[in-house]
Amino acid sequence: MRELSYREAIREAMFEEMRRDKRVIAIGQGFMGSRGGPHFVFKGLQDEFGAERVRDAPISESAIIGCALGAALTGMKPLAEIMFMDWITLAMDQIVNHVAKMRYVSGGQAEVSMVIRAPLGAAASAGPHHSQCFEAWFIHVPGLKVAVPSTPYDAKGLLKAAIRDKNPVLYLDHKALMGIKGPVPEEEYIVPLGQADVKRKGEDVTIVAYSRMVHLALAAAEKLESQGISVEVVDPRTLVPFDKQTLINSVKKTGRVVIVHEACRTGGVAGEIMAILMEEAFDYLDAPPVRVTGLDTPIPFSPPLEKYVLPDENKIVDAVKKILGKL
Amino acid sequence: MIEISLKKEQLIEMFRNMLRIRRFEEKVSELCLAGKIPGSSPHLYIGEEAVAVGICANLRKDDYVTSGHRAHGHCIAKGVRMDKLMAELLGKRDGCNGGRGGTMHIVDLSVGFLGANGIVGAGIPIAVGAGLSARLRGTDQVAVCFFGDGAANQGTFHEGINMAAVWKLPVIFVCENNLYSTWTPVRSVTSVEDIAERAKGYGIPGIIVDGMDVIKVYEAGRTAIQRAREGKGPTLIECKTYRFTGHYVGDPGMEYRPREEIEAWMKRDPIKKLQTVLLESKQVSMDELKKIEEQVAEEVEKAVEYALNSPFPSPEEAIENVFCEIR
Repeated sequence: MRELSYREAIREAMFEEMRRDKRVIAIGQGFMGSRGGPHFVFKGLQDEFGAERVRDAPISESAIIGCALGAALTGMKPLAEIMFMDWITLAMDQIVNHVAKMRYVSGGQAEVSMVIRAPLGAAASAGPHHSQCFEAWFIHVPGLKVAVPSTPYDAKGLLKAAIRDKNPVLYLDHKALMGIKGPVPEEEYIVPLGQADVKRKGEDVTIVAYSRMVHLALAAAEKLESQGISVEVVDPRTLVPFDKQTLINSVKKTGRVVIVHEACRTGGVAGEIMAILMEEAFDYLDAPPVRVTGLDTPIPFSPPLEKYVLPDENKIVDAVKKILGKL
Repeated sequence: MIEISLKKEQLIEMFRNMLRIRRFEEKVSELCLAGKIPGSSPHLYIGEEAVAVGICANLRKDDYVTSGHRAHGHCIAKGVRMDKLMAELLGKRDGCNGGRGGTMHIVDLSVGFLGANGIVGAGIPIAVGAGLSARLRGTDQVAVCFFGDGAANQGTFHEGINMAAVWKLPVIFVCENNLYSTWTPVRSVTSVEDIAERAKGYGIPGIIVDGMDVIKVYEAGRTAIQRAREGKGPTLIECKTYRFTGHYVGDPGMEYRPREEIEAWMKRDPIKKLQTVLLESKQVSMDELKKIEEQVAEEVEKAVEYALNSPFPSPEEAIENVFCEIR
């Protein structure tokens, strides 16, 4: 199968959906010309679809999201981009109080078919305002779906699903994954929202990881394999809807779970996954689940500081050994 | 003697609509004080009727309106059925939102009413998006957003107007300056005497109009809406107006407003003003006006009856429509 980068996969999804459906439009900063935004993700998009459908917006996050909502309510399917997820704070009212609630509050009249693309994550000393992972905030808002792709295949398939969905979807790709390559079929496909993927099969311990953490988990699993420990890696791919069944099936087999995310620990997604395990899989657990997460600090700039607060392969290896009583 | 550019039928229709709003709001107050309206007391539109009616008299059914927390007048002027509106205020199943929204969240997409709003200024970017959508779909629809003087100090005001101006979108920004943002006098929190002055900063026309004179509001609206339909971009219209009651039902509105000020504005009642014009120009007889009053009273009575007779939603309906199910 041909290989594409994560960036190319996102781009291909967008081109295909804009060709397929005239209602799909893009609104974001830095869209003028052929560059396609800060991460070159939508390179050439404006060249093909023009400045009307690919709109270079003022630095007005709240208006970008509100504008996308107004367009969605009146028959368009916008993708609104927040250049770095850190700045989604500027659009929180529109997302939380309007985008997420419009369908419900209107008693089912409104269809809010829109995507908010907001790249998240630390990427080599980007510093405290260009590195954060805020996905947990949004799983706490009823009415939003949240996609967190880890591979080029998932990045393309999930974006196509998000654009076609009739609900608002936060599409949170990871800045540090842009260059990674992976197989992406030539023929059309979709990755449905709400279907986890077992990225590696194993018997002893389940690691739940998403976004960039999947790659760390796979590297850790590789290392552990050589030490005789068999690890299964479950990637939920979307946090809302969350595929409980795939996780529970894995836990039935392994009885042990390590949950990994880059975001800081307190109030993070891992806590919610642990609650699901307690409520729905307690009988299958042989040990308390363990979290490997970012520390409860802002993301520092200096490389050794940044490395210290983020999860890495070794921290995951240690957590797996700990849960097996081998550390 | 005022020169009248409107046909008799149009003037009568505006009279009828202002009266509808006045009588509707009086009933709302009555029902609220009788404990029939759950939750927080509604914000009444009494005194400001000329603004909603004068602007909306220029709109088609397929044009769009967004509003704020004092929205009943905009709903009625845009064509939301009064019985459905009243049922919504009472939290009933037959309300326009099926009881999900209440007074500050009215949505009726069938008449282009994209939403009242509980967040000050939040409807502004949403209207911008509706205007963008109209343009991209190649229609000559326009979007009007109504907001108060308080909203003119929100970030969304700046972001939304700048975006609409730079993209030349068919959006009309209508500021209802009723001199008080809740209990705060506008002059003590606003950098300019006239909010319309701010239009200069966005390179768009800013118009100040007597918001107690429905004919003047109509004419200002006509100019702005024509301009928008012709693709010439947005206008900011500031209507100087006054609420005859407190911020909400139960707020006497006296402690923070001078008695002389209240009395002076009450003398400028927009409904009486149009009535005088109609009678003095001998277009309508007192008998005809009486008949309209009776018809409106009956219509409002029927709306109340409809709302009171409508059942409450069944509790388990509360979990419907968080998401749009894909069928």
